[in-house]
Amino acid sequence: MKWDTCDPKTAYVLHLADDALILGQRLSAWCGHGPILEQDIALTNVALDLIGLARQYYGYAAELIGDGCTENDLAFFRDSRAFTNHLLCEQPNGHWGDTLARQFFFDTFHFFQLEALQQSSDERLRHIAAKAIKETSYHAQFSAEWIIRMGDGTEESRSKITQSLRHFAPFALELFIPAQVDAAAHDLGFGPDVSVLESDWKEKIQSILTIATLSPLEWGFPKKGGKSGVHSEHHGYILAEMQSLARAYPDATW
Amino acid sequence: MVSQLDVERQLGEVMDPEVPVLSIVDLGLVRSVQVSNSDIHLGIAPTYTGCPAMDVIHDRIREALAPLGLPVHIKPEIHPPWTTDWMSEAGKKKLEAYGIAPPVGKASDKRSLWAPSPTVRCPRCKSDNTALISLFGSTACKSLYQCRSCDEPFDYFKCF
Repeated sequence: MKWDTCDPKTAYVLHLADDALILGQRLSAWCGHGPILEQDIALTNVALDLIGLARQYYGYAAELIGDGCTENDLAFFRDSRAFTNHLLCEQPNGHWGDTLARQFFFDTFHFFQLEALQQSSDERLRHIAAKAIKETSYHAQFSAEWIIRMGDGTEESRSKITQSLRHFAPFALELFIPAQVDAAAHDLGFGPDVSVLESDWKEKIQSILTIATLSPLEWGFPKKGGKSGVHSEHHGYILAEMQSLARAYPDATW
Repeated sequence: MVSQLDVERQLGEVMDPEVPVLSIVDLGLVRSVQVSNSDIHLGIAPTYTGCPAMDVIHDRIREALAPLGLPVHIKPEIHPPWTTDWMSEAGKKKLEAYGIAPPVGKASDKRSLWAPSPTVRCPRCKSDNTALISLFGSTACKSLYQCRSCDEPFDYFKCF
């Protein structure tokens, strides 16, 4: 396939796109299942922003690849090993607390990542990031408020959110451990060194946990591999659901 | 001969599908208009990255310009990113009259994480005693508020 051997820039744009698409797809599954209407709508809005962002990145990657490649080819016709999203993004939705803990870790990272991308040597990435950071600051505010509400809530909500945060903490560490895809991007100047984002991120996370009256997290041993295309079992199921229609009917249009 | 003014006049008639009292000109979505003898080139800013109304807006633009008889080329312009600072004052008044509280303040200097929520005036009874119900309303560009004076829930067009 024409995207199997792509240059470091295209590989990096696909990495950014995959995070947005996989998490957007995960969140979409909440549509019609949110605990109350407002929260159902809120998560669907976040999902929509992420899928819109994924389209920006895939569209750019398709242009870089050329040869008639389209955003749909990249979203629907790549296999699991070609995806380089973080493991965190593909983890199951679980209950409301699980989804919000995963979102809180990702949104906060996403904000700092987009802030850093505005210093990218690549103009297109700078422009996409400048647009997306406005939306992402709303996502981050939303997920942080839910951490506070659940942490400083009832005994049950507190115990559940504590468990959710602990469960996702080792996955969150992958965000800050460079793999080939983001290390190359940093060497070439179009992406940040993700390891330097960790201290700002941990500080923000901690400040919210304090407001939520929760104890500091023990981070545990990192769970990583997603950025190198080595995914958890869940990834194949996401793709199966998301890609089946496009693969069964390759020329389908609305 | 089609003039720039003809095009702009037609664009002023293209309403946002989600907020039907505002035209795309009121919203500040029209970034550039170039008219030649053979075609019309438009730069249109998307509001939100994933805004599902953009396709409808593009269709409506083509429909509105069809009587001018020239091919229309629409280029989405994501940079500089669209901001509610570009919304016209007339647009803000129309928004409030329609029952949606207009954006408070300027977005240009706001880029912090977890900024405090602004004081939003109830579009019905004009009370400042209002509370945020949900950051995300019926569309991505709106939050849901409730007035504590008249009890009415209402949409607030986010300062973005």
